[in-house]
Amino acid sequence: MKWASHHIFEKNSILLLVGILIVVAIGGVVEIAPLFWLSSTVEKVKGMRPYTPLELAGRDIYIREGCYLCHSQMVRSLRDEVERYGHYSLAAESMYDHPFQWGSKRTGPDLARVGGKYSDDWHVLHMENPRAVVPESVMPGYPFLSTRALDFRDIADRLKTLRVTGVPYSDEMIENARADLEAQVNPDADGVKALTTRYPKAQVRQFDGDPSYVSEMDALVAYLQMLGTLVDFASFDASGPNLR
Amino acid sequence: MIARRQEWIALSDALAIAAAVAGMAVGLVFAIGGKDPVINFHGWLFLAVSALASITLLMRAGEAQPGSVAADGGYADGVVRAATIATVFWGVVGFLVGDVIAWQLAFPALNFDLPWTNFGRLRPVHTSAVIFAFGGNALLATSFYVVQRTCRARLAGRWAPWFVFWGYQLFLALAATGYVFGVTQSKEYAEPEWYVDLWLTIVWVVYLLVFLGTLARRKEPHIYVANWFYLAFIVTVAMLHVVNNMAVPVSLLGSKSYVLFSGVQDAMTQWWYGHNAVGFFLTAGFLGMMYYFVPKRAERPVYSYRLSIVHFWSLIFLYIWAGPHHLHYTALPDWAQTLGMTFSVMLWMPSWGGMINGLMTLSGAWDKLRTDPVIRMMVVSVAFYGMSTFEGPLMSVKAVNSLSHYTDWTIGHVHSGALGWVGFVSFGAVYCLVPWLWGRRGLYSQKLVEWHFWTATIGILLYITAMWVSGILQGLMWRAYDQLGFLEYSFVETVAAMHPFYVIRAIGGLLFVAGSLLMAWNLWRTVRGDEPVDLRDQPAIAAAPWLRDPAGARALAAAE
Repeated sequence: MKWASHHIFEKNSILLLVGILIVVAIGGVVEIAPLFWLSSTVEKVKGMRPYTPLELAGRDIYIREGCYLCHSQMVRSLRDEVERYGHYSLAAESMYDHPFQWGSKRTGPDLARVGGKYSDDWHVLHMENPRAVVPESVMPGYPFLSTRALDFRDIADRLKTLRVTGVPYSDEMIENARADLEAQVNPDADGVKALTTRYPKAQVRQFDGDPSYVSEMDALVAYLQMLGTLVDFASFDASGPNLR
Repeated sequence: MIARRQEWIALSDALAIAAAVAGMAVGLVFAIGGKDPVINFHGWLFLAVSALASITLLMRAGEAQPGSVAADGGYADGVVRAATIATVFWGVVGFLVGDVIAWQLAFPALNFDLPWTNFGRLRPVHTSAVIFAFGGNALLATSFYVVQRTCRARLAGRWAPWFVFWGYQLFLALAATGYVFGVTQSKEYAEPEWYVDLWLTIVWVVYLLVFLGTLARRKEPHIYVANWFYLAFIVTVAMLHVVNNMAVPVSLLGSKSYVLFSGVQDAMTQWWYGHNAVGFFLTAGFLGMMYYFVPKRAERPVYSYRLSIVHFWSLIFLYIWAGPHHLHYTALPDWAQTLGMTFSVMLWMPSWGGMINGLMTLSGAWDKLRTDPVIRMMVVSVAFYGMSTFEGPLMSVKAVNSLSHYTDWTIGHVHSGALGWVGFVSFGAVYCLVPWLWGRRGLYSQKLVEWHFWTATIGILLYITAMWVSGILQGLMWRAYDQLGFLEYSFVETVAAMHPFYVIRAIGGLLFVAGSLLMAWNLWRTVRGDEPVDLRDQPAIAAAPWLRDPAGARALAAAE
């Protein structure tokens, strides 16, 4: 090889620039682009639905507080993880997650299937003062979540924005976003039936125990309590057509 | 000719003032019309910075070379001096916040149970302050210095380099205050929201244009190797930033947005970005730094031209593929995981090509390690680069990753790269630059550089050894089974086991912070012009170029 042939790049900044761009583009194109059109990337499962407005508001708080920095939401297909946390996570389970919350560090445990593992009261106590229920915990306390009213004035806009990114929110869901959010913390509300029809398996109750207003704690607990509860694993065949 | 130059200056000044006034208008729209308090605050901040820029521009319009002094010899060094100061400032801030959150993990009461002080909001402040503020300013300062010297050309653009510098500081301020107030899109190392991302895109494109423009007006026939790396860093970061941050804002006047991709595609895009923030921001850019400052300080040519060609192209080609090793055993398809692992292992070779080229540049000058702590710092940094670029491929192997992932081992790995490689090579470059840029005969105290070196080195060793032990221990505890076939440890038992290592890590971090404070003090005394206390121990190269030979120094003294 003639090393002097490299002079062409060293003497022409635009050629060098174009050369760099071509070389750095290849890897990303090969690894990312096929994920959008290979149908085997995301399994076909029963039970996945978009987040209810309250769950979505809770998820936005989860993001705001940086929970993903210490908690993963991705059970790897390893024996000890499956035994500790439950069925390994499927790609389908985060198909409506903009952005994904798989995380990269477990200073605290994985939360992909935390829904239903603890009571609402436990979550509220734990969030307000983690060491009151888990003495060895190093989690920060979040007592302010209980006293802050949830700001959901733009909840319909949030659903609408997610629809632009591809989440299948219907017109009806967007129209009723505020009513659905309020109904989910009030089991006596008129809209409960409509809510659970639109969002099957939606859990309706007073999550933080204080019926006077919808708090940020209500939303966050509602989100945590639904994590990992949607997919119907009885009908999921890991060795079937979903085998990758 | 002079008239044309005057016209060009007048046009540049007018355009710059128009841009600053437009900035004020944009700031005002968000300040008044913004839908949430954070975007209102950011609007006011934007307005204030634009107003200050307008006033400065009005006062300095028509100046021949804004920010430069006669000793700069026609180079635009004012902006390099500014970025050097910013490097030291943000470095101390970033390290300090890092140590605070390290203590929080050891003693959770230090979170104070407030929104603005909890770990989840401060951790992005730490990572952004260290990577983008400290590292970014070090790259701005050195790339602007190096490209001018190796092209023998003044930076392109009259105000553009200053726009890049101040625009970048504004980006950092918007990002950091956003995190503290809870505005984040939760993509690691890409946390700023859509409007901050757009602002950075504008700044970055101008950075690229200034760099390319300077290359275009070079008086040297060849583009020096350091500039290949700087150029690769600038364009690739632009590509990564734009693709990974694609998002749809909920309102054009609100801070909240939802990213365009979801789930597995978003995860792949994020770690394609995330690993190449390491590969191009923290590696390629800093290799550019190495390729100028190591040979310069050692006064030896780069070891191998051929090796630099081979490792440059192979490094930038292979790095891009490595992202999926952050997603082993997840819901990412196996084919992508396997590709990521394979390319990560291959990446070992070009990485060590760079290390060998840096280290072997010292051939015939190894004795300088004993006498010059600045070059020792840079050589140790290249050694840390070699160590962490061996550790990285190792951790990318699926079997190893099944143990190391989600644990502190990753944190330790990152810090051997960030503190050891990025930190030390930047400190070395800054110790070189300050006397050169401010026209001093040497650093205020070389002895203090020795102290910085040893304090920081011990700090790093405490940090990474503590994280090796805690990471591997926790990984093993998670997968331990008892005799009856049950998981042996509950999760919280593995958390409790981390405590002593978190304390050791925080002490290591404290030593690193202490070292950076010594550096700040030493550089401050140097900039102030205090007579160096140990000038005789310092190499001739420590002095500003025109002070290096005795004749030049005499001439300058006579002129004074």
